[in-house]
Amino acid sequence: MVNWKPGTSTETLHLRAKLLVEIRQFFAERGVLEIDTPLLAPYTVTDVYIQSLETKLSNSPVAAPYFLQTSPEFAMKRLLAAGVGSIYQVCKAFRQGETSKVHNPEFTILEWYRTDYSMIQLMDEVESLICQLLNFSPMPRLSYRQLFDQFLSINPHTVTGEELRKIAESHIELNDDSLTDTDYLQLLMSACIEPKMPEHCFVYDYPVPQAALAAVEKNKYGEPVAKRFELYCQRMELANGYYELTNLEEQLVRFESDLNARKNLQLPTYPMDEKYLAAMKNGLPECAGVALGIDRLIMIASRASTIEEVMTFTIDRI
Amino acid sequence: MTSYATNEFKAGLKVLVEDEPCSILENEVVKPGKGQAFNRVKFRNLLNGRVWERTYKSGESIKGADVMETNMEYLYEDGEFWHFMKTDESYEQVAADANAINEARNWLKEQDVYQVVLWNDAPISVIPPNFIELEVTDTDPGLKGDTAQGGTKPATLSSGALVKVPLFINIGDVLRIDTRTGEYQNRVNK
Repeated sequence: MVNWKPGTSTETLHLRAKLLVEIRQFFAERGVLEIDTPLLAPYTVTDVYIQSLETKLSNSPVAAPYFLQTSPEFAMKRLLAAGVGSIYQVCKAFRQGETSKVHNPEFTILEWYRTDYSMIQLMDEVESLICQLLNFSPMPRLSYRQLFDQFLSINPHTVTGEELRKIAESHIELNDDSLTDTDYLQLLMSACIEPKMPEHCFVYDYPVPQAALAAVEKNKYGEPVAKRFELYCQRMELANGYYELTNLEEQLVRFESDLNARKNLQLPTYPMDEKYLAAMKNGLPECAGVALGIDRLIMIASRASTIEEVMTFTIDRI
Repeated sequence: MTSYATNEFKAGLKVLVEDEPCSILENEVVKPGKGQAFNRVKFRNLLNGRVWERTYKSGESIKGADVMETNMEYLYEDGEFWHFMKTDESYEQVAADANAINEARNWLKEQDVYQVVLWNDAPISVIPPNFIELEVTDTDPGLKGDTAQGGTKPATLSSGALVKVPLFINIGDVLRIDTRTGEYQNRVNK
């Protein structure tokens, strides 16, 4: 029998609609402008572990493959560089191959940028939004360093690769020993720290190799850290934010390093988004930005344990 | 033999881990937003029953194991092997060793049907039906009329198993036993 029915209930659809109204009210009250940007573009991210869906466009202005966007980040930053001010959007994002209880290849993102905000100010705003939407009380904030110190007695910013491998192997049986230091840290995070963390909390100041598009600054111990944060709710990454990198040279170095890593892993490499780089050259205002998974937000609000329960049709139901 | 990539992992899949046949019990994808995806897989080793977890990088693959679960009739024991016959009218026979028989040896009855797990056509484990009827071959004399009171005594069954039974049970009684717990259920005298 053909299963044509949605995975979600009518009740959950009402909840989703209600939360989206509240989100729009939240930003309207704060003077953050709702915008939308194309989901289809001739460029895509260079992130090593985010894979894009590729498509062809006939009569396109650019004779190259187009990509479904994995996040609206580059286009939104072009708007910031154009002087639009603080902006947000709710849109679809696509990621090749991501399917699990909490992943679907097509999902909904809420992404917003605040000009002249620090990472801390943006964390405050994420907290206000979440507390308002979900009736939560304020959430603890733990640095990446603090968590690794507390649960594994190591400093993630200074630990050597060899020490890291030993600790990871004492906690996790791995099939492959060709992992990077970042792989080990992320595995330890998911296997040894996430289960013991407060149910809802912010993690901030990430190791530099996990900076992605965040600026790097020194912490109070003088160690360089990425000004990146994540909000964890019920052991899921609900939001990921940065005090944004605005330095063009540094941006080029990171793109190059991503592309090299992609080559080594025999993953497709993509041309860098020239228009994004040109916008950065013109000058990206000091800002902080964050992406929040709407489907996961609905999961928490409706106490669902799988993403299938909150989306109309997940990939296996389309 | 075929190989399975991590995206084909699912509960029940039979694979080779360090050359031993294992069954996947659970498969959980761990994917940090900006990081390498991993599959945290819980296995049961089909030779020794050990259950444990191993983490794979998504995209890795494992060899499949030629494991089949078949229904077979128990025939006899020759002192070293236990012999079973397929019930598909092929009359094909296999011999299970002590390792494969394991705890099922307590619940063997000729002509009853067991689930025999074959790896490369050789038996690696034998699973008895959940309930089995066996005759009492030895126990202290029964107490007449005492069918309601509590209290138990040991009884030896035709398979050799020792089970706790109510006091009213006699030699020659046929008992229904839960093979998963080894507990007496009821008497099924003809």
